[in-house]
Amino acid sequence: MKLGDSAPMFMLPGVDGHDHVYGGDDEHPTVVIFTCNHCPYALAWEDRLVQVGRDYVHHGVRFLAINPNDASIKPADSFDEMKRRAAEKPWPFPYLRDESQEAAAAYGAKTTPDVFVFDADDRLVYRGAPDADYDDESLNAQWLRDALDAVLAGNEPALQETDPVGCSVKWKPE
Amino acid sequence: MIEFLFWEGCPSHERALADLIAVLDDFGLEREHLRITEVHNERDAERERFIGSPTIRVDDVDLVDPGETAFGLNCRLYYRADGSPSPTPDPEAVRAAVAKYSDETKHESKPQKED
Repeated sequence: MKLGDSAPMFMLPGVDGHDHVYGGDDEHPTVVIFTCNHCPYALAWEDRLVQVGRDYVHHGVRFLAINPNDASIKPADSFDEMKRRAAEKPWPFPYLRDESQEAAAAYGAKTTPDVFVFDADDRLVYRGAPDADYDDESLNAQWLRDALDAVLAGNEPALQETDPVGCSVKWKPE
Repeated sequence: MIEFLFWEGCPSHERALADLIAVLDDFGLEREHLRITEVHNERDAERERFIGSPTIRVDDVDLVDPGETAFGLNCRLYYRADGSPSPTPDPEAVRAAVAKYSDETKHESKPQKED
């Protein structure tokens, strides 16, 4: 995906037992996070991302976390394991299973985590890592927060693209 | 010997190696004490008993007990002293392991008294 592109549409099942739809006519700024259960980078950033969700959901921002990994490669990322993990540590946003990997392919997700921020018109305004260092909690997912603050103020983020950092998405064998 | 094993698929290895070399320097240990091995494929991982990147072994003992984890090309999950997850080992654990190795190495290399 390129900056300014419209969000690809998807409908995916969540660990909450509901299907979740995004893309097309959302009318809210939205953060789509490709993440997973097993990856140390995703886990290192998890608390920071969860806190961003808690802080911005009250500003009308929608958050959707998607696990696209092939569970035959990473059994810890199966839908059952996602449900188990969500029961142990609930997130303030839906955790969705991309079994077909079509959403991950449509977004061009590279790693877990890989963060996409869309404005209220569903245009991509930020893509990349949550902040500059997976091992520095004090950074507080600032790149993501800055992007959301800009979108909520009706501006373009000053920083719109960074390299996603994490484990590669585990694609199904062709 | 201190071994550093890594897989290119995990971006944390450069930082972990730089940190390890800095600790070796702190203890005055020459590079001859460090062996760096890149694990390229699953066959390498089996041969090297590699469960994830990065892995640090001191005198063939893993910095963190690998338990029953299967060998393979993975990004290794570590936990810091405060319980937080990380793609790199706890710096204090690295320092403690290198300090122990340094003490033992210096002790072994002391000249023996002749009878």
